[in-house]
Amino acid sequence: MSETRILTARWGKPGSAELASYRADGGYRALDKALSMEPAALVEEVKRSNLRGRGGAGFATGLKWSFLPKDIRPRYLTVNADESEPGTFKDRYIIEHDPHQLIEGIAICCWANDIHRAYIYIRGEFARQARILETALEEARQAAIIGPKLMGKKDFEVDIQVHRGAGAYICGEESALLESLEGKKGYPRLKPPFPAVVGLWGKPTIINNVETLANLPWIVEHGGEAFAALGTGKSGGTRLYCVSGHVNRPGVYEKPVHQNLKRLILEDCGGIVGGRKVKAVIPGGSSAPVLSASEIDVSLEFDALKAAGTMAGSGGVIVFDESACMVRALHRIARFYAEESCGQCTPCREGTPWMEGLLEKLEAGHGQASDVARLEQMANSIMGMTICALGDAAAMPVQSFVKKFKDEFLQHAAEHRCPFGEHGWGLEQSSRPARVGELSY
Amino acid sequence: MSSPKAVAAADSLPREKVEQFDRQLAALVRRYPEDRRASALIPALRLGQELFGHLAPEVQLLAAARLGVTPARADEVATFYQMFHTRPPGRHVVEMCTNVSCCLTGAEQIWTHLQRKLGVKPGETTADGRITLREVECLGSCGTAPAMLVDEEMYERLTVEKVDEILGRLE
Repeated sequence: MSETRILTARWGKPGSAELASYRADGGYRALDKALSMEPAALVEEVKRSNLRGRGGAGFATGLKWSFLPKDIRPRYLTVNADESEPGTFKDRYIIEHDPHQLIEGIAICCWANDIHRAYIYIRGEFARQARILETALEEARQAAIIGPKLMGKKDFEVDIQVHRGAGAYICGEESALLESLEGKKGYPRLKPPFPAVVGLWGKPTIINNVETLANLPWIVEHGGEAFAALGTGKSGGTRLYCVSGHVNRPGVYEKPVHQNLKRLILEDCGGIVGGRKVKAVIPGGSSAPVLSASEIDVSLEFDALKAAGTMAGSGGVIVFDESACMVRALHRIARFYAEESCGQCTPCREGTPWMEGLLEKLEAGHGQASDVARLEQMANSIMGMTICALGDAAAMPVQSFVKKFKDEFLQHAAEHRCPFGEHGWGLEQSSRPARVGELSY
Repeated sequence: MSSPKAVAAADSLPREKVEQFDRQLAALVRRYPEDRRASALIPALRLGQELFGHLAPEVQLLAAARLGVTPARADEVATFYQMFHTRPPGRHVVEMCTNVSCCLTGAEQIWTHLQRKLGVKPGETTADGRITLREVECLGSCGTAPAMLVDEEMYERLTVEKVDEILGRLE
């Protein structure tokens, strides 16, 4: 199997975040090449690459671009660097170790789509990463790579700015992100119209994830077909898998987009802590339906995971060993969504704390079997009933955990206690060295 | 820009700090198109929090007036986002993640330890005004969990000992 590294290749090199180092490794050559191509041809190249959004939805990037209306200007690009889906920690490392790769990707996207202004919306908690981006952008401006003339020669202005959020999970949702960027609270918008048509300040807007854009220089340099060939079916390239929880070597692994989940956990991450067995795996960030141990021999490719009843989401793989309590885990997940619900839609605003409460009751030993049924009923009445995907994101873990580990939920109710006692988060809860690309943390 | 409320707001704040606010805000506003100054509201509130300590009503009014948005809008934004303080925090803000990946690697014990050691509940400030302790959601540090922010700087792969050492360095 191919082990091509697109995104992590430069991580760990001395000064990898600096322009000189990026250029020494051929950086910005792809942008130069892109400028010699027709924008429409670039969009076609990205379509051919089968690049799909790495933020969560997995939508085809080239197709998303082609939804921009032909005749409305200005258009904007907003880069989603709000990385806050629990279990996801990849975009921060792209920014920390290779910010110019992202900037080059942004510039290519701008040229391909006739966009002159891009905003990088970065979550407020990433203060250090925001500083790194500011420094790299300033380097790129000083070197006249971006600014009034792209690469100092093309009569095409590209202005890229960093916009820091201030702590709200919901702002990773693209329309909430736009509201936030407009100086408002992050309330998702009704869709349609989609941001490609009515986006930032009412204008056509592309919203792409950091990892998605960072792939563009490679695609331009090597061609869409080469990128597609790294993957399978309708998904091209590699992905950054973020593995956390009860594995021996957690971290960020760049693997083909169709890497096998079991292999990722047992081989790449060195298996389970203490030689224990896998109990459950969340494959794509905490919103993704959980897989039980018998279901993990599966490709992580978007469509394959969809067929398996879950989703590839943001690439956040959270691993639970057999000693972990599923009720406790789900309670914490439910608390997250209750906390982060923006409050706009009633089913989500009212339903998420209700689910959290039922789970708290069960975990504390005060629950009954009827609470388990009510939990499922609650999740079903949130699913599909809200403006944005946060409602579904809160419902899907509940539906899947209860369905796949029902005995454990009923046992909590029958015994009026948590059978795992003090060890609900597992018998071995210690931090282990992480592997991030080729780096050790 | 010059509504009575805004003038009053600016008047009740230290003059030199308001001038500093205006100077720095001018640079932030340039990041957005001229007719889209309102987009600088989150950066303006962050700047206000940095300069004045927290987002008191006067500070919110100042930011709102300078950007031409209503005071209600500033209040809405100041209270929606988790990183904004509408009441004065301690000299240091310690924010610990207790989400799933952190708990799987020991965050629960550390979180209990933090509360016991500081003698505060989540959201409270120590009696000497030194530290405000907050529980936060996923910090994007799940591979190097458990994690916490201290005054917006990230600390990872925490242990009880490491946390004690970090707290010991805070004045």
